[in-house]
Amino acid sequence: MKRLVLVIALIALLPGAIVHAQQPPPQPPTAQEDFVPVSALPQAEQLPAAPLLIAAYAFVWVALMMYVWSLWRRMARLERDLADLQRRVPKP
Amino acid sequence: MSRLFVPLLLLAAALFAAAPFVVANAPFEETMGLVQKIFYYHVPSAMMMFVSAFVCGIASAIYLFRRSAAADRVAQAAGELVVLFGLIVLVTGPLWARKAWGVWWEWDARLTSSLLLWMIFLAYLLVRRFGGPGSEKLAGAMALFGMANVPFVYVSVNYWRTLHPKTSVVMTLAPGMRAAFWFSVAAFVILYVLLLTLRKRLEDRQATVEQIYLAIEE
Repeated sequence: MKRLVLVIALIALLPGAIVHAQQPPPQPPTAQEDFVPVSALPQAEQLPAAPLLIAAYAFVWVALMMYVWSLWRRMARLERDLADLQRRVPKP
Repeated sequence: MSRLFVPLLLLAAALFAAAPFVVANAPFEETMGLVQKIFYYHVPSAMMMFVSAFVCGIASAIYLFRRSAAADRVAQAAGELVVLFGLIVLVTGPLWARKAWGVWWEWDARLTSSLLLWMIFLAYLLVRRFGGPGSEKLAGAMALFGMANVPFVYVSVNYWRTLHPKTSVVMTLAPGMRAAFWFSVAAFVILYVLLLTLRKRLEDRQATVEQIYLAIEE
């Protein structure tokens, strides 16, 4: 009798086990099922501000330095041309 | 201007050396936090872009109506600075927007009109460089058109629905932010005057070289 009950119980549980094995693994919860303010997002999903700030300031400095360097280079070339021309102009 | 050049240069260097500390000590903005501090270079650069567009336009008008070669050289110098400061605005703005708005770029009124203004003056430089003889007049007309666009770019945030903050932001800054902002503006104004002077001096030298070339050929 006990063996019969055990066999019936195993047969009853078998479909459940098969269905459970076929189910996809549980997905992690999505970050935004509902609206979540930026400040409440997990740290890993927040965009860091420091790299953007540093990139902005670095670009300003680099752009200004490059422009000043280009001015200096153009002025040096003009000064050379001017000196060359002044040598070619016959002195009175 | 020659006598003032070195003192202004030293002053500009001192202001820019102090600017990072001034900006770091300014209070954090409530919603944007650290990234808002891009404001202290972004807005003064935009102001210099507008000022330079006006300088270029006015100098071009003087050249067109009075045939002043000196005015034309100022216009060319100012045109280059519109492109320089405009580039700074168009790069620092998206870096700020990425954090504040979640996107690098938005085709709203302020951003689009600023990009168009920058492109007008980029075209001005291309015409000056590659347009050949007589291109100064065409470029002068373009500069007038570009200058006329500046008020539209400025008020676009007040009249169109846009992500960009309105013009009233500057007048309603918190006291700690106000001091840092006007400090940055002062540094950028002095820098602009120095760059314009240097660039015009370059044009003057170029004109001298061309005159000597012509004199030799004659």
